[in-house]
Amino acid sequence: MFGHPGQQPIKNEADEVRLFVSRARIGLIISLLCLLAIGSRYFYLQVIQHEEFSTRSDNNQVDVRPVPPNRGLIYDRRGRLLAENIPAYRLELTPEEVSDVEATLGELAALVDIDQDDLDRFQRNRRHYRDFQGIPIVYNLSEQEVARLAVNRHRLHGIEVVPYLSRHYPYGELLTHVLGYVGRLDADDLQSVDAGNYRGTSLIGKIGIERFYESTLHGISGVETVEINSRGRVLKVIQRDDPVAGSDLVLSLDVNVQRAAHETLGDRAGSVVAIDPRDGSVIAMVSRPAYDGNAFVNGIDSTTYQGILNAPGRPLFNRSINGGYEPGSTLKPFVGLAGLELDVVDRSWRVFSNGEFFIEEGGRPYRDWKDGGHGWVGIEAALEQSVNTYFYDLALKLGIDRIHSYLSQFGFGRPTGIDLPGEGSGILPSRDWKRGRYNEPWYPGETVISGIGQGFNVVTPMQLATGVSALVNGGTIRRPRLLFAVKPPGGAATQRVVAPVIGEVPVSDPRDWQAILEGMRLVVNGARGTARSVSLDAPYVIAGKTGTAQVYGLAAGEEYEESEVAENLRHHALFVAFAPFDDPRIVVSVVVDHGGAGSTRAAPIARAVLDAWLQQEWRP
Amino acid sequence: MKKWIPHWLGMPRLDPVMLLLIGLVMAVGLFMVYSASGQNPALVERQAIRLGLGLVAMLVLSQVPPHILRAWTPWLYLAGLILLVATWFFGVGRGAQRWLDLGIFRFQPSEIMKLAVPMMLAWYLHSRLLPPTLRDVAVALAMIVAPAFLIARQPDLGTAMLVAVSGGFTLFLAGIRWRVIASMAGIAVAAAPLLWMGMKEYQRNRVRTFLDPDADPLGQGWNIIQSKIAVGSGGLTGKGWLGGTQSRLEFIPERHTDFILAVFSEEFGFLGVALLLLLYLAVIARGLFVASLARDTYSRLLAGSLALILFVYVIVNGGMVSGLLPVVGVPLPLISYGGTSAVTLLASIGIMMSVYGHRKFIH
Repeated sequence: MFGHPGQQPIKNEADEVRLFVSRARIGLIISLLCLLAIGSRYFYLQVIQHEEFSTRSDNNQVDVRPVPPNRGLIYDRRGRLLAENIPAYRLELTPEEVSDVEATLGELAALVDIDQDDLDRFQRNRRHYRDFQGIPIVYNLSEQEVARLAVNRHRLHGIEVVPYLSRHYPYGELLTHVLGYVGRLDADDLQSVDAGNYRGTSLIGKIGIERFYESTLHGISGVETVEINSRGRVLKVIQRDDPVAGSDLVLSLDVNVQRAAHETLGDRAGSVVAIDPRDGSVIAMVSRPAYDGNAFVNGIDSTTYQGILNAPGRPLFNRSINGGYEPGSTLKPFVGLAGLELDVVDRSWRVFSNGEFFIEEGGRPYRDWKDGGHGWVGIEAALEQSVNTYFYDLALKLGIDRIHSYLSQFGFGRPTGIDLPGEGSGILPSRDWKRGRYNEPWYPGETVISGIGQGFNVVTPMQLATGVSALVNGGTIRRPRLLFAVKPPGGAATQRVVAPVIGEVPVSDPRDWQAILEGMRLVVNGARGTARSVSLDAPYVIAGKTGTAQVYGLAAGEEYEESEVAENLRHHALFVAFAPFDDPRIVVSVVVDHGGAGSTRAAPIARAVLDAWLQQEWRP
Repeated sequence: MKKWIPHWLGMPRLDPVMLLLIGLVMAVGLFMVYSASGQNPALVERQAIRLGLGLVAMLVLSQVPPHILRAWTPWLYLAGLILLVATWFFGVGRGAQRWLDLGIFRFQPSEIMKLAVPMMLAWYLHSRLLPPTLRDVAVALAMIVAPAFLIARQPDLGTAMLVAVSGGFTLFLAGIRWRVIASMAGIAVAAAPLLWMGMKEYQRNRVRTFLDPDADPLGQGWNIIQSKIAVGSGGLTGKGWLGGTQSRLEFIPERHTDFILAVFSEEFGFLGVALLLLLYLAVIARGLFVASLARDTYSRLLAGSLALILFVYVIVNGGMVSGLLPVVGVPLPLISYGGTSAVTLLASIGIMMSVYGHRKFIH
């Protein structure tokens, strides 16, 4: 393969040997020179510079240690502190200085509260720390514990109480689904960050805002060159490069509005999202049940964690961005707009509702919610009374392809891109989607129920709020933002963050949009509106749309009677709203799990949120 | 040698001088692994077993006459290339795909190439008129570049360079003309920016760190700074065996593998380092001497190249530990803890012994 047959050169062995020996000699000389170079390098380090390295090494070790930066604080839009750093103490043990680690741990247990989880974590950490380093045992010591340890200090060698900055969330469970929490830095976290910058850091954002803006909040680690004695104690600081603190974040949340949503939702599972449609900033984002993120900061013990994990309603689940709900009638304004804007029907088009709708004679009936139907209705009345037949008929005329492409402009079927990790995408069904998911063709009946937001449709409360925002602001789709402004450390100017515009729904006739909004106004203010109670005593005009998401399907001819259905099979109640009608400043989407009809459970919550936001705006 | 010992008695043809020299190196190695591992007898035992395996490989190879080795050479080289390509597709490993998992055990095909490349070049040049013509040099370069490229993109720049350099030595010993060497050096300098662009970020960081270790004393620079402190604090005579505080306090990373020389320097001082370097020099000198006795071109070129490459290990490792060269994963021959390189190195010693055992005047 590599040979060259047929050609045998005549070799002169003696010449070759002579050539080789001369080359080998050169090779040996070069080796000698290299050796001399390396040797003199060692001579330089070990003899000439010995003094310096000796002082850096001997009993007085010079150690380079990291100085962790202070984590940025988090505020709401009115300057209330949502996440703060509080001084705390942790207990550390340095194995090298302790003759019998187990016995010492036993002694410590008599002085401070050490549980099995702490011990397990300590043993795990022992493998990752060097023997002369302090290994944390317990975090967040109480004052009594610190005092007890101080008194017993003389007999506890290798035990140290170390001050550190812990994280605290003053509002507890009210904000955990937004802020997330920080937790102990572990090996997995180090994969995603610059490990050098985290050498001295003990807490890292695990979920929520804390995770999403980790790099902004964390800051840049400093370096301290210190002299330590052979026991590892710092004797003096030789040089120090100060760390750069993390930036403070200002969120667009308003704690007052957040609390109004949280409290009116009460013990019911569900979600409330409020967005300012003018700039895409998120005013409130509530998911219940919630939990207190403070429990996770210093390491949660497994009993507490199991308790939260297995609690009814899954508190760890963030319904606002991950809850998948059938949108039900809250999708009707979008379907109605599709019909008008795509010129499938015009604003004067009317449908006669007699209570039942058939695709073909003698087929399956699609029902209105009101026995006997609503009579002749146009688009505004159809929204006001939530007339299914209008939208059944319209959906058939539109066809699923046009419904899909029009509604997807409003962001349905994909994550909104809010600044939180792990958002869900919902489902906006199409032929392709169904083919991919079920390997089945699309049936006309599925188009019909898509017209009233049932069937395969799944939305998150965040998507609903974003979609309605676009509906009321003339079609501008913004990526919703929780971050309102960034305050860099050292008093530098605050940088305002603006929600980026990611799409525009084309407006072919503004009157089509007005008709839809008028229909939504009538839902709350019309004589036959499905959410008339919401407008009671309101100092501003509210518009909205109710919705009901089916939890289980009814057989043909079966009646849904809320009082007869078990709580966990009851429909989810939905309500979307905006106000004031002429100049919308807030859009709300409310979902109450198993809340029954949208008007009774969800609408009052929306009203409380609108009040909390608008009434304080009313009186400047 | 003693021709009157009948061959069937099984008296192996060994080079007693070489055996003594590497025996000394390996003894130093075992003592250092004990000290650097924090006095862990289990690691010493494991290393001893690996060295034993390597010695068996050496013994076997030393009995294979060079002409048989020569006959195998193209096939070994070809197999090595195929395995390297296979590593491209099926390789395993953290970060870099260097290992081939054979179910029972895993190994690095690049390790084969450390032997196969000089063997292949010696095989090719064996039948050529020396000094080689330009055409021969071109063919030989192709034989070097193909495996070196495959190894470099695993990525394993250190091994790729060792493989390329070992091939380069064969060419050098074959008497390649100085002006050819000069022009190749010129091309290499010109291509350096291209190499930089082709490097992965972590490889660039190593070079940057080497140029300025204090820029990032906690991250990349840590190894070099701590290693230099260990070396420098050793002084003239060292802190004594098991007395190195730098290593005991675990300041030195990789201290029983790539940075074992730092521990040695701390514990035995400059005198120890000087003696160790002289010991290695003796191994090289012996290797080159053996090569000069060789019976044919193949044996001569091969033994000479293997001897020189051994010294490159020493220089690169010594330079890396003392902060003179960038950190590349090159072990200190027969002293660093680790199996693969020890076996390869002992195999190359075995080849030198075969050359010695079948030298010119024995038949």
